[in-house]
Amino acid sequence: MTRVETYPTLAEAARALGEAAYMAGGTLVMRDVNAGTAPPRLVRAADPELTAISAAGDSIRLGAGVTMAQILARPELDFLHEAARRIGGPQIRNMATVGGNLFAPHPYGDLAVALIALGGRAILAGQGTRPVEQIVRERERPPLVAAIEIARPRPGAFGFAKVARVKPKGASVLALAVLAPREGSTLRGVRVALGAMGDHPLRSAGAERALEGRPFDAEAIARAARQVAEGLDPPTDSLATGWYRREVAGVHLARLLESLRGGRA
Amino acid sequence: MKTPVAFTLNGVERAAFADPGQNLLDFLRRAVGDLTPKYGCGQGGCGACTVVVDGKTVLSCLVLAETVAGKRVETAAGLAQGAALHPLQHAFMEHFAAQCGYCTPGMLISARALLDRNPNPSRAEIVEAISGNLCRCTGYEPIIAAIESVAAGRTRA
Ligand SMILES: Cc1cc2nc3c(=O)[nH]c(=O)nc-3n(C[C@H](O)[C@H](O)[C@H](O)COP(=O)(O)OP(=O)(O)OC[C@H]3O[C@@H](n4cnc5c(N)ncnc54)[C@H](O)[C@@H]3O)c2cc1C
Repeated sequence: MTRVETYPTLAEAARALGEAAYMAGGTLVMRDVNAGTAPPRLVRAADPELTAISAAGDSIRLGAGVTMAQILARPELDFLHEAARRIGGPQIRNMATVGGNLFAPHPYGDLAVALIALGGRAILAGQGTRPVEQIVRERERPPLVAAIEIARPRPGAFGFAKVARVKPKGASVLALAVLAPREGSTLRGVRVALGAMGDHPLRSAGAERALEGRPFDAEAIARAARQVAEGLDPPTDSLATGWYRREVAGVHLARLLESLRGGRA
Repeated sequence: MKTPVAFTLNGVERAAFADPGQNLLDFLRRAVGDLTPKYGCGQGGCGACTVVVDGKTVLSCLVLAETVAGKRVETAAGLAQGAALHPLQHAFMEHFAAQCGYCTPGMLISARALLDRNPNPSRAEIVEAISGNLCRCTGYEPIIAAIESVAAGRTRA
């Protein structure tokens, strides 16, 4: 039997959490409830802060309970639209939250890939912040996340791509996001994030090394494509083998980088 | 312990008891008696249980029943007004958009949600709008044609 407790604030929910599962949009947690595999206690928070989106200059704060549909309804979040639009079908996008996406198991977590490339930080329920790329590793006992903070990328400096077998709705063969800011003709502060290439969304050290501090040219792109899966051991599932994911990651990264270089992202 | 849940269903005030952890689909079918949302996969993958809560389409199998307290729930049971079918229902009949019929209530709900916010959708927008609803009989073409016909104000093929 599942008992559900709803608290008015996330802070109270955090105090009450214990061994319970935290439920946000529920698109993953409810599957466990339906299957009878959820923990006996579920904790929710009806905190209006969780669904708030605010911007101060180029710094944007997304409440952890913001849905993909809410992101898509905000023109100023256009750089996140490609990632949000590619998550599930319309009903899922009306339910799926930013916070839940951070801890969604492989092959899910498409928005988290974008947030990692953007250098997003997770603001925790108690206090403190942590890089999104760190927090997505803590899926056993994730700390409750109140919001995500990201900086708006400069126009043309950010791109996202998702590769799926079924369109318009399909889970990731892989997902990629690139932040490629330029200082003059040189790339500075490059971040390359990948989804479905490991147990959780992660950064590609190989691709970042190939691009950082270099001119944004065909040679750097080719090197990034060769090195993108370096050190990674992508999972094999019903969508693709790990071998296939390694083989094609470079092809898709090169396409995304070319579109950014040509200003078509 | 059961939780009393008062809400409106297709504009009518209703109340029933929800079991702990009961999903909205099961609650609507068993406790409330609205059999139009269908139980397909129970995992959010098929869309047969699609309903509208406070204006948004959701998968009722993934919604906790108790969370709809005080909210507006709409199902395919609310489409027809008495004996007068909704234009989408007519169009589905005329285009043979239902074969086994199991996906139909969910398809109708997704289609109406689309037409409510975009009365003149493109074919691509129609495909996108029903992408969360699986149909294993029709191959989708008759469904798309039915929705297109209503969008264009042509309820007769
Ligand atoms: C049919 C279907 C299709 C899908 N397609 C996609 C897809 O294409 N791409 C994709 O990325 N995902 C997809 N998903 C997975 C899922 O819907 C999304 O990842 C979604 O963003 C999860 O959010 P949620 O609010 O529903 O999570 P929930 O189910 O509420 O929670 C998921 C996990 O996150 C934890 N959690 C939630 N919020 C917080 C928080 N604030 N702090 C700490 N922990 C938290 C929960 O405890 C739980 O472990 C799909 C799911 C379904 C059922």
